[in-house]
Amino acid sequence: KDTEPTLYTVKAVLILDNDGERLYAKYYDETYPTVKEQKAFEKNIFNKTHRTDSEIALLEGLTVVYKSNIDLYFYVIGSSHENELMLMSVLNCLFDSLSQMLRKNVERRALLENMEGLFLAVDEIVDGGVILESDPQQVVYRVALRGDDVPLTEQTVSQVIALLIYEKISYYLVNLTLTC
Amino acid sequence: MIKKFDKKDEESGSGSNPFQHLEKSAVLQEARIFNETPINPRRCLHILTKIIYLLNQGEHFGTMEATEAFFAMTRLFQSNDQTLRRMCYLTIKEMANISEDVIIVTSSLTKDMTGKEDVYRGPAIRALCRITDTTMLQAIERYMKQAIVDKVPSVSSSALVSSLHMVKMSYDVVKRWVNEAQEAASSDNIMVQYHALGLLYHLRKNDRLAVSKMLNKFTKSGLKSPFAYCMLIRIASKLLEETEAGHDSPLFDFIESCLRNKHEMVVYEAASAIVHMPNCTARELAPAVSVLQLFCSSPKAALRYAAVRTLNKVAMKHPSAVTACNLDLENLITDSNRSIATLAITTLLKTGSESSVDRLMKQISSFVSEISDEFKVVVVQAISALCQKYPRKHSVMMNFLSNMLRDDGGFEYKRAIVDCIISIIEENPESKETGLAHLCEFIEDCEHTVLATKILHLLGKEGPRTPSPSKYIRFIFNRVVLESEAVRAAAVSALAKFGAQNDDLLPSVLVLMQRCMMDSDDEVRDRATFYMNVLQQKQKALNAAYIFNGENTHCAPSLNLRALVELTQKPFDMKSVPLANTPITEQKTEFAPVATSKLPEKPGPTRQDIYQEQLAAIPEFQGLGSLFKTSEAVQLTEAETEYVVRCVKHTFARHMVFQFDCTNTLNDQLLQKVMVQMEPSEAYEVLHYVPAANLPYSQPGSCYSLVRLPEDDPTAVSCTFSCTLKYLVKDCDPNTGEPDDDGYDDEYVLEDLEVTVADHIQKVLKPNFAAAWDEVGDDFEKEETFALASVRTLDEAVGNIISFLGMQPCERSDKVPENKNSHILFLAGVFRGGHDVLVRSRLALADGVTMQVTVRSSDETVVDIILASVG
Repeated sequence: KDTEPTLYTVKAVLILDNDGERLYAKYYDETYPTVKEQKAFEKNIFNKTHRTDSEIALLEGLTVVYKSNIDLYFYVIGSSHENELMLMSVLNCLFDSLSQMLRKNVERRALLENMEGLFLAVDEIVDGGVILESDPQQVVYRVALRGDDVPLTEQTVSQVIALLIYEKISYYLVNLTLTC
Repeated sequence: MIKKFDKKDEESGSGSNPFQHLEKSAVLQEARIFNETPINPRRCLHILTKIIYLLNQGEHFGTMEATEAFFAMTRLFQSNDQTLRRMCYLTIKEMANISEDVIIVTSSLTKDMTGKEDVYRGPAIRALCRITDTTMLQAIERYMKQAIVDKVPSVSSSALVSSLHMVKMSYDVVKRWVNEAQEAASSDNIMVQYHALGLLYHLRKNDRLAVSKMLNKFTKSGLKSPFAYCMLIRIASKLLEETEAGHDSPLFDFIESCLRNKHEMVVYEAASAIVHMPNCTARELAPAVSVLQLFCSSPKAALRYAAVRTLNKVAMKHPSAVTACNLDLENLITDSNRSIATLAITTLLKTGSESSVDRLMKQISSFVSEISDEFKVVVVQAISALCQKYPRKHSVMMNFLSNMLRDDGGFEYKRAIVDCIISIIEENPESKETGLAHLCEFIEDCEHTVLATKILHLLGKEGPRTPSPSKYIRFIFNRVVLESEAVRAAAVSALAKFGAQNDDLLPSVLVLMQRCMMDSDDEVRDRATFYMNVLQQKQKALNAAYIFNGENTHCAPSLNLRALVELTQKPFDMKSVPLANTPITEQKTEFAPVATSKLPEKPGPTRQDIYQEQLAAIPEFQGLGSLFKTSEAVQLTEAETEYVVRCVKHTFARHMVFQFDCTNTLNDQLLQKVMVQMEPSEAYEVLHYVPAANLPYSQPGSCYSLVRLPEDDPTAVSCTFSCTLKYLVKDCDPNTGEPDDDGYDDEYVLEDLEVTVADHIQKVLKPNFAAAWDEVGDDFEKEETFALASVRTLDEAVGNIISFLGMQPCERSDKVPENKNSHILFLAGVFRGGHDVLVRSRLALADGVTMQVTVRSSDETVVDIILASVG
């Protein structure tokens, strides 16, 4: 039943180009089991959304939140009973992470040149339909792609250190509360 | 971090896709370099990316080739390049179901999972759990437990989520990790908290007490994660629903307190949970509605959408609770997101007042062409409901609908509009002409046969009675020239109706008919020839019988032909044509597409057919003739008594058969020789009893009584029978049903059974009552006036008369228009023996209802019977 409380929130994450072609598609359940059905769904979704800049729609009984940038269309799909804002947080996290990784250059060519970054980022955001992380900073840090020329910028180093310290402190705090 | 691919890709221009023309076999060929030493991380990474890209595009990999690539890939674990290693994890996950022997990487992954590199540990856990089965899971159990409580959030989250995935497969193993999950739930990291809560719930969801305890703990401790709060709200509302706890429960208080959370996600989840709870009072809804109201003006489209969608749900059950948001909803009807605008308008149509309808309709029309067909049908349905609620608004609606009718759209959409217009025409006589004009315009360019025939039928019925019928002829005849057979046939029937009713149009209709007789289609020709002959007789009675009121009872072409032959040879006796066995109870059936008469369609057996067959099987009832009417079942016992008896009355030409359906509800009794003894109050004579031989527990059985109607006094149509159930009781074992040998006679008094005038009359729908009235003529017309002192409204009077006489109301005269002091009710039926009977009843409201009843029939006795029974 749809009302069963569950962590399985996301049914699919899609990225299409401005011809509606699939650049990335990850389906997390059996709503569209075959590639044929998936492509038909993507076609429908693209036709219904690519001309409007509204960010949410109900399609084929599913809630679709989306966002477009230059020549890319990002979609996160969930059940129509799902909290729309949760789906939105996944979409925003994906977009913001990519935006940082591509240095605000979120467009088709840059994305295609960094496909492994995209693969790793989505893997850090959603795992088997469960939202794994919603903070783009964390995602970027975990994907930790090292560039050719600059291994780690000044900023990323301090970021990493700050995070390490933060985690250490929280660990001690947890231990403290446990012993108290 | 921007990567450069091979030079070749870069040269191919900015619009190209470096992955576009990837060949699977070429990529797999390239994968051989995985075996080269030293490993070139950059090239290997690029090849892995290509493989994953291909898998992502839906490319099919055979087991052999996948396994080969997979094994080559395992060698890449020797490299310490971070990104390459992470891509290996992804490849493992993607290939877990395609390649064989994926467990080969278990030890490498276990090493990474427990190693020093935090960046590897989380992803390694997730990859490992993807390839693990129950037995192997036990081997890594120790590491999983450690990982769940690891201080690094990504490790802990990965372990928790992977455990959740494993619950389906290895519940027994994972449930041993409850303590660790519990510890992780008190983590400060918001995602870890959320994942731990989710895992704990999945492990405990079948134990209501444990869930309740868990809720109690977390609702008090105060979580940080908005995701975890949403999960808690869902668990709490599910528990509330299951335990049917009242809304004074602490769980409800918790959900309500979440309305004040600082995260919109949590506030919305709580509001949505409250709205979806069954039996919420308006007072409990109010706080939820007011936060949704706030969201309506949010700059975020998703939030506005979520709010208005939820408010729409509230409006279905509690429209008054949403009225407070009307102003905010008004602002949304111009929203650039059309889903939001449509939801806002349909909500407003449910909650708004009559005065706002015009404005709303104007708004919808501004963007109705932009929304999808599914939403358009929703809008039409909302209009249809609105027309019933505010009948005075029909002119606005009609205008709007006609505009929608002109737009493009699929069949379902057009049908919804046509149905809506037809129902408006029927409810509001003053909108008839505009409505018909819009429909005429529509059929000029209508690709849907079903809709065209439906509209032609309506035109034939309503058109001749409008002030200027001639203007419809053109539209109808155009159909004969341009359309398919089914539409042409329907057009011919419609034309005939105009000719029959309007003497000045008759010559032109006859000319048109003549042209139709040259049609290439048999059915069209047959109809034209038939109508031509009937019309040429210029006899009102014939017109009424074969053109206006013919369609329901005898429309098969073969029958028409037979009528035609007899018409020219000898007087045709209507009584020889069997009546349609389906009493028309709903006016809707009238609109069944005319086209169906063309197809050799056999209607399923009616209830009466089934009874006729059953009765014919009983020897005592041979020779009664055909079954004239079967009544609805009448209960002769109270509910929940020892024996349940209901009676169905079957009327034949000179007899009645009473069928008693009996059920024995006592499990320790077997009844035998069951019959119902009847004592009539009038000169009815009981001829036969047909008992039910056995009536075991809970198996229904039937017994019958045959009664002769009094022949010397045909006016004695009503009679009361006092009924007694008589039977032989045998006690029996409730478990085995084995009866004793000896029994004793017993009886059980039933309620009295009434036979009324309605049992002698079969309903018949006359689509054109006036024509039928003229056809029967005034040879045996009688009129009388009655005062119904106890009746207060015209509606009530109409209802009483219809149910008393059991006749079919015609011309929708069973609906009394609002604010009227007088009304005319038209009733039609056939009396036992086959005499048509028509009743016109004028009602006037003044201190009670005065009723003037005029009855016409082809038989004088019938007229007397009706008047006598009304008096």
